[in-house]
Amino acid sequence: MRLFRPLAIAIALLGLALVPAWAQSRGPLKIEINQGVIEPIPFALPAFVAEDASAQQYVQRIDQVISADLTGTGLFREIPQSAYISRITSFDAPVQYGDWKAINAQALITGAVSIQGNQIVVKFRLFDVFSGQPLGQGLQFAGSVDTWRRMAHKVADAVYSRITGEGGYFDSRVVFVSETGPKNARKKRLAIMDYDGANVQYLTSGGTLVLAPRFSPDGKRILYTSYKSGEPRIYVMDLATRQTRILDDQQGTMTFAPRFSPDGNTVVFSLERGGNTDLYSLDLATGQRTQLTNTPSIDTGPSYSPDGKRIVFESDRSGTQQIYIMPATGGPVTRISFGAGRYSTPVWSPRGDLIAFTKQYEGRFHIGVMRTDGSDERLLTASFLDEGPTWAPNGRVLMFTRETSGVNGAPSLYTVDVSGRNLRKVPTPNDASDPSWGPLLP
Amino acid sequence: MTRHLTKALMLIAVLGVAACNNPDRYANGAGGTGANAANGISSSPLGDPNDPKSIAYFNQTVGDTVHFAEDQSTLDPQAQQILAAQATWLARNSDYGVIVEGHADERGTREYNLALGARRASAVKEFLAAHGIPATRMRTISYGKERPIALCSAPQCYAANRRAVTVLTQPGNS
Repeated sequence: MRLFRPLAIAIALLGLALVPAWAQSRGPLKIEINQGVIEPIPFALPAFVAEDASAQQYVQRIDQVISADLTGTGLFREIPQSAYISRITSFDAPVQYGDWKAINAQALITGAVSIQGNQIVVKFRLFDVFSGQPLGQGLQFAGSVDTWRRMAHKVADAVYSRITGEGGYFDSRVVFVSETGPKNARKKRLAIMDYDGANVQYLTSGGTLVLAPRFSPDGKRILYTSYKSGEPRIYVMDLATRQTRILDDQQGTMTFAPRFSPDGNTVVFSLERGGNTDLYSLDLATGQRTQLTNTPSIDTGPSYSPDGKRIVFESDRSGTQQIYIMPATGGPVTRISFGAGRYSTPVWSPRGDLIAFTKQYEGRFHIGVMRTDGSDERLLTASFLDEGPTWAPNGRVLMFTRETSGVNGAPSLYTVDVSGRNLRKVPTPNDASDPSWGPLLP
Repeated sequence: MTRHLTKALMLIAVLGVAACNNPDRYANGAGGTGANAANGISSSPLGDPNDPKSIAYFNQTVGDTVHFAEDQSTLDPQAQQILAAQATWLARNSDYGVIVEGHADERGTREYNLALGARRASAVKEFLAAHGIPATRMRTISYGKERPIALCSAPQCYAANRRAVTVLTQPGNS
């Protein structure tokens, strides 16, 4: 193995970073995601130590969630426990690095779980096996027992973050539309779940058609469109109390496509009157409404830049749907999409660097990203119908709706890495559409 | 053949007439079962299809639906002919209110299709208004791609779904 390493490095250099950064240097454990990792980092995750009898039942479940989070990124690979030479029987015992090197583990994650009453405490440490030292401090998370999955996500977020240098995204939630029934009479309910499809809860009964929920930046409220009053209207729901209120109620208009500003104080949305759709903003505290566009075209799909100063949106003012940017208060509009096809549902990345969108081209639908000046367009997916991307809190992963064709066609949620790799279906109990990814939980 | 099948499907879909203030006749998740669905069951008299004053006659003989080209809201000659007949009928039967529903096919994104459906409904409303039907008798609602009547993923189904439907509301209930 050692004999071949120089050769591997030479190939890597020629192959322009098609192998992970760690393989080239054997330096500190670190992935540069931008280098296009295709060989996942092998990690060992020996069973967390149960520090009391009642913790035993959570150990395996917590390990499974941590492992699923990390391997689900496509950046990590778990070495099966059957290969381990060392056993971890005490959280604070010294680590036998040689035993983990021998099985080629790059990262070692150890942990312990204890339960006192209704409290669960999860501790973990991360080790860089090849440099033979801990990567960051050991940490512990504590909370009520029913939040055990969140504890596991927090461990995985810390591991991911320390190795990649990026923010985590596992301890986050997604609001979406849960769908049942035939294609011509779909029953749609608002629902919320963990990012990985666990803990689904329904927010509406399904009695009225609901569309496209959108998280507030603090994760405490959602905006959505409902036919509750008979006509499509934007509502805001407080997730803790489930109380809803209508946002803007004028006879003879339809309101839809809402999104919060980054400070959560303003909502930008589409308002249709007499067949024409323009963009408006509404100050949630004062109720003051401002018209942002005034054209005979369909202006919709608005999304704020992370600094709140600009809005990206779609408009068919040129004849087909294209993507435009304007100041958040309205004003001069700049077109940024110029490729062939129709561009829609632009969403500004939380990092500010990219805009994700839906593209229709030659009968196929794609999720893509481009820079905010429209350059470097990259299509990440292709199918009969992909639409409506939403960013993970760290701006590295997109979730979107993929719908299959035909009489029994139905939608599901998928995720894809911003590099276009690692396309995965998100498990949901029913058909699902219109995801909105919330913030990383505190 | 397809045309007849489509027509039959449409008839099934529009058996319900909006009979209250809520213009969403699909409320409670049920496709085409009337608007009084608060108690789960609704009933609306359709009348004798041979009676030229009946809703059934309007829906089937006059024609309650017009179709559109892809990503368009302009009314072609066939649509204009149907709408002219609708205007004539509505002028004679002035007790009925009108809700114009706009729909889109599945080959578009959700929110754009809502706006496109609104454009289509509005085009019909404006045509009827230009032919003498008071705008105060009419409302519009868009369903975007949410309520297709033809379910296949093929051009003939997309064409059937790109539609505006003129739904009558009961006298005294609009």
